[in-house]
Amino acid sequence: MERDKNFILGVYDDEDLLLEAITKVRKSGVKIHEVYSPFPVHGIDDVLGYKRSRLPIAAFLFGMLGTILALVMQFYMMKIDWPMIIGGKDYAAFPAFIPVTFELTVLLAAFGMVGVFMVSSNLKPWGQPRIFDVRITDDKHVMAIDLATNASIGENNIAEVLKVSGATEVNKKSFE
Amino acid sequence: MQVTSSVREPLITGGKTLKDVTHDISRQVEGKPSMGWLLGLLVAVGALGLGFIALWLTLWEGIGMWGLNKTVGWAWDITNFVWWVGIGHAGTLISAVLLLFRQKWRMAINRAAEAMTIFAVICAAMFPIIHMGRPWLGAYWALPLPNTFGSLWVNFNSPLLWDVFAISTYFAVSLVFWYIGLIPDFATIRDRATGIRKSVYGALAFGWDGAAKTWSRYESVALILAGLATPLVLSVHTIVSFDFATSVIPGWHTTIFPPYFVAGAIFSGFAMVLTLMIVTRKVFKLEDYITIGHIELMNIVIIITGSIVGIAYITEFFIAWYSGVAAEQYAFMNRMFGPYWWAYWSMMTCNVISPQLFWFKKIRTSIVLTFILSLVVNIGMWFERFVIIVTSLHRDYLPSSWAMFYPTIYDVGVYLFTFGLFFTCFLLFAKFFPVVNMAEIKSIIKSTSEKVNK
Repeated sequence: MERDKNFILGVYDDEDLLLEAITKVRKSGVKIHEVYSPFPVHGIDDVLGYKRSRLPIAAFLFGMLGTILALVMQFYMMKIDWPMIIGGKDYAAFPAFIPVTFELTVLLAAFGMVGVFMVSSNLKPWGQPRIFDVRITDDKHVMAIDLATNASIGENNIAEVLKVSGATEVNKKSFE
Repeated sequence: MQVTSSVREPLITGGKTLKDVTHDISRQVEGKPSMGWLLGLLVAVGALGLGFIALWLTLWEGIGMWGLNKTVGWAWDITNFVWWVGIGHAGTLISAVLLLFRQKWRMAINRAAEAMTIFAVICAAMFPIIHMGRPWLGAYWALPLPNTFGSLWVNFNSPLLWDVFAISTYFAVSLVFWYIGLIPDFATIRDRATGIRKSVYGALAFGWDGAAKTWSRYESVALILAGLATPLVLSVHTIVSFDFATSVIPGWHTTIFPPYFVAGAIFSGFAMVLTLMIVTRKVFKLEDYITIGHIELMNIVIIITGSIVGIAYITEFFIAWYSGVAAEQYAFMNRMFGPYWWAYWSMMTCNVISPQLFWFKKIRTSIVLTFILSLVVNIGMWFERFVIIVTSLHRDYLPSSWAMFYPTIYDVGVYLFTFGLFFTCFLLFAKFFPVVNMAEIKSIIKSTSEKVNK
């Protein structure tokens, strides 16, 4: 069987029940493809075993880039390219450069991080998401289990595990 | 399971379920526009059109159409600029600062407050650009472009240039923050819709799939953006205050300006949020989401920031006397008892006395009184900027150049234009975008809705 095509879905109504269910399902040896929710469920990364996002690091690096670019730009323009005495200050009046440096740091950190987020989460205006169940943007949590990766366990056993874990419905979904 | 206190009032009333939240918020987007909304849009577009005549004539004939003169070179326009930027601050404060402090009541109002921020900043940015006289040139004169474009490099020692960077960064970051929050809600509308609406909201939703991994990244992004937006919002009004504080004009040249301006910005911003929210909750029937509790909390912010502003006024006055500088002392006496005394006392009444009424629980939980007082605060904060700008300028160093400023119909008209723009944008937002952040509200429905607590 091909991977990433045929799924069995457990539908859950409640976020606390979902967290318990994830732990139970993982303990039983079934590998979870992904869980889909209408809102951010706190603590779901831990029970799914996801690592902390590295986006803050991306934000920091882009912020540093902004700081450096802003300082280089201001020193070049004010001190090197066309030095002028303004208000009796040094050509490179460092304290006066801080506001613009701060703003460009924030601008690049924010845009850089959001850009990385968009790319890593595959968010784009022409993006066509695979929708496992339309209710996941309304009121249901859906746990998707790839039949191919769990071939050794068998479909009926997986369905049983999901039911026992508290799923209100167990459905099948296939993608082309 | 989140631990909740039984003493706390629920944030969402009416025993809402997740499905109810989706329905209550999406129905505004999906249904036909109400009569109230259409009427509001008509008034807003009318103001926009009338104001456009004034704007057009100002651009066609020049800044001479305004009431400015050789002595008072900044007046009505810069007052409007600072007023609009100040209003914008509440949106970021609600969405970023209250997120960092984990204040869950922000969730019902942050979307609309951020939209208000974005539209207010657009209105604000128009004034310095129009004031340049030739905005088609001014727009690029403010950018750090090479000398071959006709001028020298921009002057990085000037607070006016810092302002260009601050306002544009603020606008861009607020817009991104707002949009990231909108993506999951657009996906909700996409999944309920059919036909053309599905493709439009599908594109707006950026292919959101609601996966746990995406949510985890989303939360990370929201937290860092909040962390970036918090110092940003403080920096913006600080830099706006530098426009005045770094010059050597009596009444402007004070170190108290940055904190005083930031407090004033939050003060006026919350007043505008209240004005808009009280109408929005009524028109869109959101009383279960934006409760009296929300209104009361916002009124408490107004008491605090209003009191800070009041203390700042008194401190300024004291320091002017204590400094022993005759010009400073004269500037403040002139504010109080000079030809613009009426503006000063309007400011004092509206900003210092009126918010103190919110100490009474009856007043701060009354919708009608809150609405009236929020308008009073907005008027007061407009006068504050007018007083600071005009009273300091109109008494020049040479008594022979003393002058008065009187606005012309074109000054008022351009202000009207920005009102039209602001309300047109806000009404379009309220109709076509989900006004309350559904995903965030759903995440607290279990812990703080009435159903669970009672």
